[in-house]
Amino acid sequence: MTDRIEKHLDLNAPIDRVWRALTDHREFGQWFGVRLEGPFVPGEVSRGRVTHPGYEHVVWQARIKAIVPQTLFSFTWHPYGVDKDVDYSHETPTLVEFRLEPTAGGAGTRLHMTESGFDGVPAARRAEAFRMNEGGWTQQMKNIETHLAAAR
Amino acid sequence: MFAALGDETRLALVVKLSSGRPASIVELTADSALSRQAITKHLRVLERAGIVHSSREGRESRFAFDARAIIEARSYLDSVSAQWDRTLSRLKSFVER
Repeated sequence: MTDRIEKHLDLNAPIDRVWRALTDHREFGQWFGVRLEGPFVPGEVSRGRVTHPGYEHVVWQARIKAIVPQTLFSFTWHPYGVDKDVDYSHETPTLVEFRLEPTAGGAGTRLHMTESGFDGVPAARRAEAFRMNEGGWTQQMKNIETHLAAAR
Repeated sequence: MFAALGDETRLALVVKLSSGRPASIVELTADSALSRQAITKHLRVLERAGIVHSSREGRESRFAFDARAIIEARSYLDSVSAQWDRTLSRLKSFVER
């Protein structure tokens, strides 16, 4: 069973448009759903408030890792960290990486997103997410069989 | 927990135990090329990760599969993955408008 999430997306926009949407903190905030205090700086922590209705109490925080123009934007953070009474800073963060490549002769962009390092997420946090999810026990047992079979 | 499963021997042990029937170290070593000591080490890794539980029956330890750790990890990943689908869909709309 893998401990990473990978997504690939074809965007109908040129690479510099996508790059700006990722790395300009105001643009990032608009689609991500967070109001950030200031620009992204490699090595520094970026902070803000989530703007989704019902989650305005959530402080969004990430440590920016790499900003390689038009190529790679990455940060570390704590996913699902929505409990204001919990200090997540002692948990090992996961790493989020956005990689870009031009497509369609420059008219489009392929975005690759990877999140890795989930082994550092405490069991209690995973249990929380399980309780928050719908999905019957039967389906989960089927999933286990599938994953064990696929892993051989 | 992912690290615990990321080993062929341990994965094979989990598959053996996933039928639900607890087994002893002797049974688990039966059709393996590895020594009892090696199998025991692997079982302890799985135990620390919460994937198997051991209980003593007389002088013997028996190991049983506990699905919860795997179910929770899987479910957690599915939740985060679903969140990313929604978030990236908003990115797509944002750059394409």
